[in-house]
Amino acid sequence: MSAPSSNSGSRATLMGTLKFLHAGFAEGILILILLVFFVVLAFAAPSFLTLNNLSNLVRQVSIIGVVAIGMTIVIISAGIDLSVGSVVGFSNVLVAILMTHGMPIIPSILITLAAGSALGVFSGVLIHDGRVPPFIATLGMMTAVRGLLMLISDARMIAGLPRPFLNFAQINILWMPSLFFVWLVVIVLSIVITTLTRFGRNVFAIGSNAEAARLSGINIRFTLYGVYAFAALASSVAGILYTSRLANGIPTAGEGYELDAIAAAVVGGASLMGGEGTILGTVLGALIIATLRNGGNLLGINPFILQIAIGMLIVVAVLIDQLTKRNR
Amino acid sequence: MAEQSGPDVVSMMDIRKSFPGVHALKGVSLDVKAGEVHGLVGENGAGKSTLIKILMGAYTKDAGTISIEGREVEIHTPLQARAHGLMAVYQDVMLARHLSVGENFFLGKLPRSRLGLIDWKKISEVTRETLEELDLSIDPRMLVRRLPPAQQEMVTIAKAVYQKSKLIVFDEPTALLTNEQVAELFTVIEKLKKKKVGIIYISHRLEEIFAICDRVTVLKDGERVGTSSVSETNQDALITKMVGRSVGEMYSIRRPERGEKVLEVRGLKREPHFRNVSFDVYRGEVLGFFGLVGAGRTEILRCIFGADRCEGGEVKLRGRQVTIHSPRQGVRAGIGLLPENRKAEGLAMSLGVDININLASYDLISRAGFVNVGREASRARSFVSSLNIRTPSIKRKVRNLSGGNQQKVVVAKWVSRESDIFIFDEPTVGVDVGAKLEIYKLIEMLLAKGNGIILVSSYLPEVMGLADRMLVVYEGAVTGMLGRSEFEEEKILRLASGIVGAGDNAKK
Repeated sequence: MSAPSSNSGSRATLMGTLKFLHAGFAEGILILILLVFFVVLAFAAPSFLTLNNLSNLVRQVSIIGVVAIGMTIVIISAGIDLSVGSVVGFSNVLVAILMTHGMPIIPSILITLAAGSALGVFSGVLIHDGRVPPFIATLGMMTAVRGLLMLISDARMIAGLPRPFLNFAQINILWMPSLFFVWLVVIVLSIVITTLTRFGRNVFAIGSNAEAARLSGINIRFTLYGVYAFAALASSVAGILYTSRLANGIPTAGEGYELDAIAAAVVGGASLMGGEGTILGTVLGALIIATLRNGGNLLGINPFILQIAIGMLIVVAVLIDQLTKRNR
Repeated sequence: MAEQSGPDVVSMMDIRKSFPGVHALKGVSLDVKAGEVHGLVGENGAGKSTLIKILMGAYTKDAGTISIEGREVEIHTPLQARAHGLMAVYQDVMLARHLSVGENFFLGKLPRSRLGLIDWKKISEVTRETLEELDLSIDPRMLVRRLPPAQQEMVTIAKAVYQKSKLIVFDEPTALLTNEQVAELFTVIEKLKKKKVGIIYISHRLEEIFAICDRVTVLKDGERVGTSSVSETNQDALITKMVGRSVGEMYSIRRPERGEKVLEVRGLKREPHFRNVSFDVYRGEVLGFFGLVGAGRTEILRCIFGADRCEGGEVKLRGRQVTIHSPRQGVRAGIGLLPENRKAEGLAMSLGVDININLASYDLISRAGFVNVGREASRARSFVSSLNIRTPSIKRKVRNLSGGNQQKVVVAKWVSRESDIFIFDEPTVGVDVGAKLEIYKLIEMLLAKGNGIILVSSYLPEVMGLADRMLVVYEGAVTGMLGRSEFEEEKILRLASGIVGAGDNAKK
């Protein structure tokens, strides 16, 4: 209030938060790209802008979107988590096993979330205390957790889940699939965590310069455990949603999700060098990739060509980011 | 070391170089004859490394000429320097650590056998021959990283010999070596002399200059003060030439009354870096820490702060004994560390000014894990204006600020934490004169608030100008504790070089 030179901010808190959400122009570009996609597809494919298709699109993107948010926080901390897909599969299988053995829905879910998070803490211990590089630690976890879920599921589909649980993914609230609202809750929560909490500040600080963070008295151990636990928790949530959506425990669930999640985060402006990235960016990144895929299918574009396009999109997104950074 | 009548291997004439705001070299000349060891001495910032970097093609000179064996040459890249037979051996050895000694010799041009495969036999033979020429018994197949640092340095030298270098520059080659290893190095240098290689030898340790050099050149403030044969000079004369500057009013700061004792350190130890270190810091005073690079200054302070583990000794803060095992405990105990390498250790470059200023204080401005974003911003804003940090916004990434402003952000981080003791480790390295003055003003302001300050600097005039008392360290041991009235450049440099004469024993 007393500083005349700097920002106009008398409503410092609100403005500060809004500015943080908007960190730069990057999200603006992403929103623009998404709008262009929507407009083009609305004209090119008559079935695109139907309620049916849109809710289908949202259903597809919600699950990977939840995983991508966990991934984003890991990437901001200058880490990477390749085990998220396996944790999705593990949670999918575990929740199915618990319920088919007669455990009520809520306890099954809670136990699964706890078990999933524990896997993340274990990655955190390997990375912080074992000093194993995140790539290697989570590569190992990815393989081991997939093995674990094959073991407990006997590599078989698990069917016969309770009706109410299966209904959840099918219902719509205000014409939007319920999965979307779960994603929305995760989005809002994560935005609060990354922009308003001390934990969020610590994650950015460690990602930007771990040694400076340490010398500033930041608790590196707790923060890193938290980062990987959060990513695993998000993956666990996604795994449970996946179970409800596909009505089965499926041992191959979540395969390849780690790469889709990284792609969404990177298109959304997160830097693998750490210290940079926003939840909103990742949400937009996930939406852009999903829309491209969905629209391509509707237009009957050769799926392989579509795959090439998505690959190029990832590279181009980072390229643009690099070029604009160099000019500044 | 007979008369050097040989031709000049290298002759640098009237070399000039300026960086924005600094005239690093104001017309320096230096010539080295074949088979001569030419010492180059001067304080930090005198221009030694700038001169060498120009010779090695890392910097381009603004004016002046370089001749090699009488012919004028232009050197714009390190590759050109190499092609002219110039080579430098630095403290941090430049070898591919994961390859073998032999592979390092042939790096980039591995010999091939008739089958087109790598000719390992030739690599081994040639490498062994070269090593034996220098009386070094190192296995050519050994991986470089398995060798101790001293041996790695020898490998670098041997590689220079193999590449038929005409001139080898040694930049502080003994910083990491033990006495025996230094002797070994000198034997190798004598052999190089016999091979008529020219040598430039840079060292802070004057006794080495007299042990190995034929002539010595003193640089000061980017100018050559003089070149003389070592037989015609002595250490005292060199020291006088190196300093002999009037301490400007630059360092005149207001000094408050000395307050109570705030930090007491007794018998601190961390082998092999330092041992038996004891000192006190009072409120309202600057305790200078002086010593040559590698003397253990930074290590001592990092240990007190909790960045490194101490092996023994006790630390009392405000009269109470404390154990500090992590920077977190150091921060909470009221110590602020402004590290020497602020980019690597002080700042989160990709984050905003606001986050960096608050980086050490989030525990104070958060409740139940939530940051008080309003206070975060208002604190940042108030320090931006009180420390005159030039930034268009508090959200500006620190990466985009100038060096001086970055330094002020680090200061703000600790001032805003309201630490009691501030450790400034080389605070003015890489900042321009204007920013230096602002940093001195900050120190003044902190003193007025009753803080204790420890100032580490390799730049003697700065420590002498700012400190109330000065602690001198040499090779990990305290060699002197001087009061302001006892500050004499020669005396301090002697203590810092471990030469303690009869008259000036360490007192108090």
